[in-house]
Amino acid sequence: MGFFIEVLLGGLMAGVLYSLVALGFVLIFKASGVFNFAQGAMVLFAALTFVRLMEIFNLPMLLALALTVVVMIVLAMVIERIVLRPLVNQPGIALFMATLGISYFLDGFGQAVWGSDVYTLDVGIPKEPLTILGNLFEGGVLIQSEDLVATVVAGLLVAGLALFFQKTRIGRALRAVADDHQAAQSVGIPLNYIWVIVWTVAGLVALVAGIMWGSKLGVQFSLTFVALKALPVLILGGFESILGAIVGGLIIGAGEKLAEIYLGPLVGGGIENWFAYVVALLFLLIRPEGLFGEKHIDRV
Amino acid sequence: MLYRESGQFKTTYTADQAVFPIAQDRWFIAIWVALGFVVVPLFANEYLMRAILIPFVIMALAALGLNLLVGYCGQLSLGTGGFMAVGAYAAYNLCIRVPGLNPIVAFLLAGGCATVVGIVFGIPSLRIKGYYLAVATLASQFFLEWIFNRVPWFTNYTPSGSISAPTLSLFSLKFETPLAKYLLCLTLLVIFAMVAKNLVRGRIGRSWMATRDMDVAAEIIGIRPMYAKLSAFAVSSFYVGVAGALWAFVHLGSWEPAAFDINRSFSILFMVIIGGLGSIVGAFLGAAFITTLPLILNQAPQWIGIPLSTAMISHLEFMIFGALILFFLIVEPLGLARLWRIGKEKLRLWPFPH
Amino acid sequence: MKIFSQAKLVWATLALAGAVSATAPSIASEQFIPVLVYRSGPYAPNGIPFANGFVDYLNLINERDGGINGVKITYEECETGYATDRGVECYERLKGKGPTGASVFNPLSTGITYALTEKAPVDKIPIITMGYGRSESADGRVFPWNFPLLGTYWTAADILIQHLGKLSGGMEQLRGKKIALVYHDSPFGKEPIPLLQERARRHGYVLTTIPVTHPGVEQKAAWLQIRQARPDYVLLWGWGVMNSTAIKEAVAVNYPREKMFGVWWAGAEPDVVPAGAGAKGYNAIALQHSADKAAVHQDIIKHVYDKGKGAGKKDDVGHVLYNRGLINALLVVESIRTAQGKYGKKSLRGEEVRWGIENLNLDQARIKQTGFYSILQPIKVSCYDHEGVRHARIHQWDGSKWHFVSGWLEGDSSVVRPMVESAAAKYAKEKNITPGCLKG
Repeated sequence: MGFFIEVLLGGLMAGVLYSLVALGFVLIFKASGVFNFAQGAMVLFAALTFVRLMEIFNLPMLLALALTVVVMIVLAMVIERIVLRPLVNQPGIALFMATLGISYFLDGFGQAVWGSDVYTLDVGIPKEPLTILGNLFEGGVLIQSEDLVATVVAGLLVAGLALFFQKTRIGRALRAVADDHQAAQSVGIPLNYIWVIVWTVAGLVALVAGIMWGSKLGVQFSLTFVALKALPVLILGGFESILGAIVGGLIIGAGEKLAEIYLGPLVGGGIENWFAYVVALLFLLIRPEGLFGEKHIDRV
Repeated sequence: MLYRESGQFKTTYTADQAVFPIAQDRWFIAIWVALGFVVVPLFANEYLMRAILIPFVIMALAALGLNLLVGYCGQLSLGTGGFMAVGAYAAYNLCIRVPGLNPIVAFLLAGGCATVVGIVFGIPSLRIKGYYLAVATLASQFFLEWIFNRVPWFTNYTPSGSISAPTLSLFSLKFETPLAKYLLCLTLLVIFAMVAKNLVRGRIGRSWMATRDMDVAAEIIGIRPMYAKLSAFAVSSFYVGVAGALWAFVHLGSWEPAAFDINRSFSILFMVIIGGLGSIVGAFLGAAFITTLPLILNQAPQWIGIPLSTAMISHLEFMIFGALILFFLIVEPLGLARLWRIGKEKLRLWPFPH
Repeated sequence: MKIFSQAKLVWATLALAGAVSATAPSIASEQFIPVLVYRSGPYAPNGIPFANGFVDYLNLINERDGGINGVKITYEECETGYATDRGVECYERLKGKGPTGASVFNPLSTGITYALTEKAPVDKIPIITMGYGRSESADGRVFPWNFPLLGTYWTAADILIQHLGKLSGGMEQLRGKKIALVYHDSPFGKEPIPLLQERARRHGYVLTTIPVTHPGVEQKAAWLQIRQARPDYVLLWGWGVMNSTAIKEAVAVNYPREKMFGVWWAGAEPDVVPAGAGAKGYNAIALQHSADKAAVHQDIIKHVYDKGKGAGKKDDVGHVLYNRGLINALLVVESIRTAQGKYGKKSLRGEEVRWGIENLNLDQARIKQTGFYSILQPIKVSCYDHEGVRHARIHQWDGSKWHFVSGWLEGDSSVVRPMVESAAAKYAKEKNITPGCLKG
């Protein structure tokens, strides 16, 4: 029983880390209907910028962080100006393809400027494993303090984003754009400005995800792969829902870990990658737009 | 002027319903086919043949198959790599388990296996749409990759799970030289492209396109969505499966499941999008763009004599490739095939545009 | 047709003239060595030091000795990104360069090795897969063109089990012990399994295999299984980001790093440094060398780096993977030198270089001359044995550097060889190859 709880908790916390990446996808999809293939590249680029600013220029961490934020804002502005504005009102698939172009460019650019080695990132997150519930189960339940921090960070991030979307003027404008581009534009919401903001916020979410994953894996090219782990989370939670990204992450994380440990050995192991999608598919068959996605009514 | 249909009178229904009703188009296709079959073999050296043309032809076949599904039927799929793997492993197993089986027959049968698998993994499309479907098809990608890694029967119990293809032969012909391999692939590609062109003109193709444009409306006018969607998955998987078998047997020679990983799926989808959804020419243009451009970019600095480090060349390759994708999309968001069509329109009026 | 082929020749010459590598004016006495590298992408942290070591040694030979017996080395790098299809493209691109074509290929990836195994015999170019590739290719009678020098994965696994036996106080003490293999779910990771099973049959330990899916950024499930099963030892068969992540997860489940043993591709600085202090005590088998320095390193600093021709940073000279690149290049150069003994001091063709590798014989004295004393054991290749030498040591990371914790161990031929021969025979049957040694 202790072990089961350990697996469950471990899975939930792994799921939180997936959610961090998924959030970036959701933000952009919600506001512009773009499936942003470049989210993984943005995670890598943000983390690389942050860690290399500290290493090369010996900047203190907060200053490096501030500079990275500036870089992400500039990136959002450039993307809006060069890519999104000329492609306004084009089919979603063309925009999806455009984000692929961005992704290639960022991968090459990041490595060309900052290098392609592995860089250690230490932002002072404790790494010691903790044992809890030691009196309930033999051996207790082991959890990782790193994961706990990630959970707290993700919680704060979601709370912050929720406040931002619900309570601020810009947040209201963002929701209006998400509902209907043209209607929002006709009541005087500047679409271009909104896109810059959305991509900036997605860039910052990518930075947070990059820091969490980077301090776990070391900042290196493989960070782009974590985007793949976010995809089943996205379809389970729904492309448009911030809450969905979190709940989806938890379900996927717990589901795949439990499957790997209890079903995996029966079939030779290594099943968690595709099992995550099976979990997502099962939910999709019941709700084709994801758990929290917006229901679309088709009219002829 | 050059491309003008006036003066070409159709006197029979057959002529009116021909695949290429305009004489210039017929000539044009004939020239390309001649170029591919005659001129290229005369001039291309071994590097060009093995490293660029063969991969291009095989990828064009795969892109053609995926375009039937994505471009004509509107079902986004990211399981292409997995279906290619089905083709490759099926062909391998057929070749070693059925003695004396002709490899070409094995390729077609392997396409058949991919068809069955494609239909099974296409079933979720009946309920799920758009990007949700795209991501859901990743389930098939990861599952197929896993199963070829895990079940030793598929790899004939080799210790590491990496397998190598038997030599290719058709009757007494042996396909060993790059030229023979290239011609084999090209012949298959041309045949399959003709079949695809005719399919999309016919009833099936029209039901696919109706489903793509609006599935609810299509259902109302009497098209069964299940039949339309699953038939698109079936035909597309067949093409992709044959391409997978060719990729494994002709291009790589020896492979592991990683040769058909998710990057393969993505790159084929990109070929279809950048080439132009719903266009046969687009599949060719897209395949040429995605397979050959990185190689050209990688070697360009050397050709023009700029000394750069290998790392920098490869980073630049990524950056320029990305930038070119953006450039072409901004010029023409509907893909290279659309550019092609605009070019034809312009040619029609040239040199008197008014 | 004749005109066309002449035109091709002109183009090829032009391309060659424009090539970065073209250094010497006289084309007649050049030896072209293709260098497949990955300096970008997911495996770049491991690929960069290896590539630097490799080309630094080639530059050293040119700078210090003026080439191999006066035959200048030219080389050209080609980026594979660790992808098989790009590797095949690089092979096609480079195989015809230089006056006599490529001397020998070092694919540096299991996937590319498998693909080239089918192509190289046709083009008559040998492949050196130093410490990787297919294990059964140690049998040169079936695989005349493949050279898994210094040891295959089966040798590595065998030595690791021997070391575990020593740690437990004798091989018989392994009975009933639990050994887990955490492996990259690909042919590379699966390669050691047959040998580990064979050894398990002999010594009675219980082998659990736990796959980690590529790229291995998420391994929680694998390590929770380890936590539950509490194996006595864990063998780690990973590459790239998978290794450091595995060590971190081991920290997270409190599995002692002292009981973890990596393969030689999981035992370099990029594998342990990202894991920080948690990597202290982690062991790995060293492909002969570790991060140590020998006389050759001083020469490299003096002749290559001080002239501003170094491929990397001076501080990185002597790292584990750097040294591996260095040794790989040494074996290439010495093979060519051996071949020159038979065919003359001129540009050699691939098949002539193949003879050189097959007759490579570096004794202790020669190794001392080359400046590799203490980091390389004598190696003698033959048609029967394409590994040449089967020695390795175990090294441990103490938080800042690697140091050896075992003496020289040798792979047990009585265990490995029969498996090599039966697997090679199976391949020969599948491919209709009549086993036998190539002449000349």
